[in-house]
Amino acid sequence: MKYFVLLAGYGETKPWDELTPEEQGAEMAKHGAFAEGCEREEGVDLLGGEALGEGSTATTLRTRGGELTITDGPFAEVAEHLGGYYLVEAPDLDTVIALCRRLPAYDIEIRPVLELP
Amino acid sequence: MTSRSDRSSSSPEGALLAQVHRAEWGRLLALLVARTRRLDRAEDALSEAFARAAERWPTEGAPDDPVAWLYRTAQRQVIGWLRSEAVAARKAPLLAVRADWVMPEDRLDQLPDERLHLILLCCHPALSAPSQCALALRLVLRTPTEAIARLFLVERTAMAARITRAKKKIVAAGIPLSAPVGEELRARLDEVCRTLYLGFTAGYAPGPGPLLLRADVAGEAVRLAEILRGLTSGAPQVDALSALLLLQHSRRDARVVDGRLVLLADQDRQRWHHDEVRRGLALAATLRPTRGHAEALRLQVLVAAEHAKAPAAAATDWAAIARAYAALEALTGSPVVRLNRAVAVAEAEGAAAGLELLDALEESSLGHRLHVVRAELARRAGDLAGARLAYRAAIAGCTNEVERLHLSERFASVGA
Repeated sequence: MKYFVLLAGYGETKPWDELTPEEQGAEMAKHGAFAEGCEREEGVDLLGGEALGEGSTATTLRTRGGELTITDGPFAEVAEHLGGYYLVEAPDLDTVIALCRRLPAYDIEIRPVLELP
Repeated sequence: MTSRSDRSSSSPEGALLAQVHRAEWGRLLALLVARTRRLDRAEDALSEAFARAAERWPTEGAPDDPVAWLYRTAQRQVIGWLRSEAVAARKAPLLAVRADWVMPEDRLDQLPDERLHLILLCCHPALSAPSQCALALRLVLRTPTEAIARLFLVERTAMAARITRAKKKIVAAGIPLSAPVGEELRARLDEVCRTLYLGFTAGYAPGPGPLLLRADVAGEAVRLAEILRGLTSGAPQVDALSALLLLQHSRRDARVVDGRLVLLADQDRQRWHHDEVRRGLALAATLRPTRGHAEALRLQVLVAAEHAKAPAAAATDWAAIARAYAALEALTGSPVVRLNRAVAVAEAEGAAAGLELLDALEESSLGHRLHVVRAELARRAGDLAGARLAYRAAIAGCTNEVERLHLSERFASVGA
């Protein structure tokens, strides 16, 4: 199965800009450990993943009554701290959860990717 | 197998099938899920296999090994469905991939019992807390949705929707059947214990219908608790659950006589299974005060042990039982516990003291049980008019035929 791993909030970590260079290095090492874990785990494939720009750089499109409006900022306040995502092929949810334990203490949402015919 | 027959099992094949359904459903489903990893398909296929058996066995005769027949039939069905799914998804057919699906040589009695794994799957924290236990009861112990709804005090349709939603999430999110260990296992134990206890309860007092005690269902819960104890050495909630179920289940033969309910006080204690009582008491003696769900179970064990220790009803230490219930009420705040405490206090200090504890309770959270207790205590306190009124309310709210008959007799015996 394919899973979308959304790094949805800072959780118990601080925003990237507020981290010291040492702390930033430690965070990056955890992402490295995640990638390494994906590589080592049987049946798991890290298909992709990117860090995203801050919420203040987001642009939101909404269609209401057929009319498209374009606004500055994330689509919802909670999405402000959305930091990035991974796309992981894994045999099951427990495998993904175990791998995510290696990441910094973010708030993370995991969703199955729908396989469209 | 059984001397009594009803319409659904009038033929020997029908009776056999009904028996296999009760005893083997959970194990068969767990095996199918373990082999195919598809809960949705496995459940549908097993239902189909039972339906096919109901059609064919009466005319063709039952197979030599009915359980193996059902397993193979369901397995073939799942594989067929998964193949068409793969073809529909334009993937390579799954023919060669899963050789472990087909096990024609396997003797079913040598396969592991995967039911606990299935219960652990249902108690996965990725499922909403209220649906975990309900799903496990439905899938593994085959508790009717109606009975589960009653246990959780919700409408049947709401419970059915909740169970369906949970099943869909398991399949869609890829929640696996696995054997969690360490912290993960410990995190699910409370919910697993709750499931087994409710499964046991549902077998013990099933609600509507004529049969008050379905001892085989309750017996399965007892057995699963014992297996779980073997897997989790020293987990306090599992030890307490095992002790509690052993002690309560030991009374099964004394509880219904000639289709009638026999209250604890009137039971023939010779008919208790005393080997189970001894095992339950030995296990109870090892329990130490703890916290949370484990402590709630331990306090219930204290109550069950006091009953089990008394050589006759009159010798029961009701003060000790009332103390255990007071601690349990402080811990859980449950109105059911307060009701039981009121009964114990009435025995220890007199009916008036018990009645006083009922005052704060409401029918909405207790159903007809509140009226039953009030009737019995009012009668003992000499308030016959109050007793008659309460009996009438109890009979009106009771859905179990055996119990209603019992209540009607109690009502009649109050006199005019």
